[in-house]
Amino acid sequence: MIYAVNIALLLLLLVTAASATFLVKELMSSVFILGSYSFFLALVWAWLGAVDVAFVEAVIGAGLATVLFLITLFDTAPKDSRLRRPPPPLAGVLGLPLLGILLLFAANDLWPFGDPTSPPNVHISPVYLQQSFADTLTPNVVTSVLMDYRGFDTLIETVVIFTAGIACALLLREPGR
Amino acid sequence: MKQMHDSLIVQTMSQLLIPLAQLFSLYVLFFGQYGPGGGFVAGVIWTTSMILTFLVFGLKSPQGRLVEKMLHGDGVGLIIFVGVGGLCLVGGGEFLNYANLGIPGLGAPAQRYMGILISQIGVAVDVAVTGISIVLSLAYHDTEQEYDV
Repeated sequence: MIYAVNIALLLLLLVTAASATFLVKELMSSVFILGSYSFFLALVWAWLGAVDVAFVEAVIGAGLATVLFLITLFDTAPKDSRLRRPPPPLAGVLGLPLLGILLLFAANDLWPFGDPTSPPNVHISPVYLQQSFADTLTPNVVTSVLMDYRGFDTLIETVVIFTAGIACALLLREPGR
Repeated sequence: MKQMHDSLIVQTMSQLLIPLAQLFSLYVLFFGQYGPGGGFVAGVIWTTSMILTFLVFGLKSPQGRLVEKMLHGDGVGLIIFVGVGGLCLVGGGEFLNYANLGIPGLGAPAQRYMGILISQIGVAVDVAVTGISIVLSLAYHDTEQEYDV
């Protein structure tokens, strides 16, 4: 009972933080609310059992992204970081709730969470769960999938991060320094 | 940001917190094989400790100099990762098949353990250097000539 109340409260906080992020008038406040939104999202991931994803969300979304936004905002004048929001167009006000209702309607057809007969749980997950220790001799299935079965993915991911760093240095750092 | 923070409380607490963050980052890196975490998260936690360092102590202090020195490691992490794959090729297996790493005196589980650990270290170094590089470029791209590499 308490557990269900906790989850409902968590989802309510998540939705509140997400709406407040783009309803607030100042960009600085928006950045901080976005960081708290990432924390709530990390709690949701942890509730769903995806601890690795929760860890990354907390560290990247709430930690590094907030710092990057803040450092960018330090360089802008106060008049640029205060927003004047025009009233939303009528099509958006009417269309977005309709889209939400449509998505909720479609979500009815999804498999229930944690159903052992759902396609994601019968297609390839059992193979990983049953054979990964014999194949890779690593006790943690997540590590064996990430670094062993899909080592190339991780390698290319690292290349992407490296490229992003090089591109940022080229764009932002002035020549001769 | 450009010089040392003038509050003694902030300095003392940072001296306490920065080594803790770095210790936690190393724990996540080396324990990531068995628990949640891994090279990516460890690199980002290390980056945040470095950001705190140069926000509090400034880039002119010895600690800030250390942060600047880390920028020279750009690409080292990628070389470590690809090097592990290359060693596996040399050992007679496929690229990134850690069983063929060829470290003498280790059994197959230990070979795989070392292979994954070294490539995680590569990922961590790459992510940490990239994060610090992006933050420093963002923080020091204005006209003040404080920042020289």
